[in-house]
Amino acid sequence: MNGLLQFAREDRGFPPSLFPDYRATVARSPREALVHMPQTLTEVTGPGPVWDKLMGPAIHDLTTQHKGAPLGQRIIVFGRVLDENARPVPNTIVEVWQANAAGRYIHRKDDWDAPIDPNFTGAGHVISDAEGNYRFISIRPGAYPWGNHKNAWRPAHIHFSLLGPAFATRLVTQMYFPDDPLIDIDPIANAVPLPYRDRMVSQLDMATTTPNWALAYRFDIVLRGKNQTPFEE
Amino acid sequence: MTLDLEHREALPRHDNQNPDLFGQTPSQTVGPYFHYGLPWKGGADLLGQSEIGPRLDLVPPEHFVLNNAHGSGMPQGEAIEIKGVVLDADGAPVPDAMIEIWQANAAGRYNGDADMREDVPLDPHFIGFGRAAASAEGIYHFRTVRPGRVPGPGNTLQAPHVAVSVFGRGLLKRLATRLYFADGEGLDMDPILSLVPETRRHTLLAQKRDDGAWWFPIHLSGAHETVFFDL
Ligand SMILES: [Fe+2]
Repeated sequence: MNGLLQFAREDRGFPPSLFPDYRATVARSPREALVHMPQTLTEVTGPGPVWDKLMGPAIHDLTTQHKGAPLGQRIIVFGRVLDENARPVPNTIVEVWQANAAGRYIHRKDDWDAPIDPNFTGAGHVISDAEGNYRFISIRPGAYPWGNHKNAWRPAHIHFSLLGPAFATRLVTQMYFPDDPLIDIDPIANAVPLPYRDRMVSQLDMATTTPNWALAYRFDIVLRGKNQTPFEE
Repeated sequence: MTLDLEHREALPRHDNQNPDLFGQTPSQTVGPYFHYGLPWKGGADLLGQSEIGPRLDLVPPEHFVLNNAHGSGMPQGEAIEIKGVVLDADGAPVPDAMIEIWQANAAGRYNGDADMREDVPLDPHFIGFGRAAASAEGIYHFRTVRPGRVPGPGNTLQAPHVAVSVFGRGLLKRLATRLYFADGEGLDMDPILSLVPETRRHTLLAQKRDDGAWWFPIHLSGAHETVFFDL
C-alpha cells in the first residue's frame, strides 16, 4: 500500500448485522459475506475541521433551546474521544439525540403516550477539543416501550454519532446509564456480547458533578485506531 | 464527620471506565427517530444550492435545529444527481434509512488532512461529505459533482467512485458500500471492484436514467443484495 497507514478493523465487541432477537435486523441485514478490502485513500480520509459549514454552529446545552427549562433531571454528559491506542481524537464532531425525561422523542412517528416537553428538543452537536474532550448539558432521558416483543422497554440511552478522522472510523452508538437494569434484557444492547457491552455504559463522575446543579456522567468513546504497520499486499 | 466525605467517588460498576475493557466502542443502531438529530438542512446537496437532506415532515418546525451555513459558491466539475431506493430482503422500501456519502472533488482530491497530494487541487467550494434521510418511499437523493479518479493500492488508479454508508432502524452497524458510474473510466482495472465476484459487480454500478440522475438502489438483503465491504 506504499506506506498508507490502515485503520484497525472492527473488533470483537462489534455486534453482528443479523441479531434475530432484535427483529428488525432479520429483513435488513446482508446474508452474503462482506467483501474484504484494503483501505485506500478513500477510506483513510474524512472531512477535515469544517463542521460549522456542514451541521452548523455547535449546540452543547440542550436545556436552553426554548423559552423555559425542560422537565427532568439536569445532567452533564462528558468524556473524551480516543482511538484504541489511547490517543485523543481532536476536532471531530460528536452528535447526540435523545428522548425527553418521560421517554418520548420529539418526532412525529413516536406515538407513545408519554408527554412531549415543548422546552426540550434533545439534539445537539459539539466538536472535540485538542485533547479529545467533549461536554453536553442535557436532562436524563426516560426509558420507553417499543414493539419488538411483548413488554419490550429500551433502557434509558443517548444516541451518539461520530465521524472521527476517516470514512473507516465512522461510528454510531448509544450511551447507557450505570444504574439501569433494563440494559441486561435489551435486545439492542445485547447484540453486543459481554464484556464489550459495558463499553457503552457511562460512569457517574462525582468530580465533574456540580454541587446543587447537576450529576455528571462520563462516557469515553473509543474509535478504531491506526495500525502500527501498513497493509501488506 | 469523616474527612474525605466530599471527595469520595461512587464505586465503579460495570462501565466503560474499567481499564480492562478499554477498546473500540461498539456500534448500535440509529433507531427510527434520528431525523431531528442527524440529517441537516442542505446535507444532501454537496453543491450548497438547496436544503435537501432532512425529513422536515417528521419534526415539528420549532424543534428542527440542524441548519447549515449556506454554500460558498458552485464547485468545479460536472454537477450530478444521485438517487436510489433502500430495500429490505422482501423488496419493501426502508423509510427509516439514512445514507451518507464521502467522495473526492472533480479533480480527484479529498478534502481531508490525510490526502496530502499538493499536485491535485482542492476546491474551496467542495467538502465531499453528505447525508440524506430516506423518504417515506425509501428514496434518497444527493446533488454533487462527479468525482475524479484517485490512486489505489500500489500503482493502481481507482475508477471514479463514491463511498457510501447505510444506517437505519434494524441496522446494528453501518453498512459500507461503493457507488461506481456505469460509464466510468477504468472500471475493468479498478483494484477494489476486482475483489468483488463478477456476478455481483453490477450491484455497485449506478445507471444513468432518462431524467439524468444516477440511479443506485441499495438492497440490504434478498436476491439482488448489494455488495457491502469489510474495510
Ligand atoms: Fe432511542
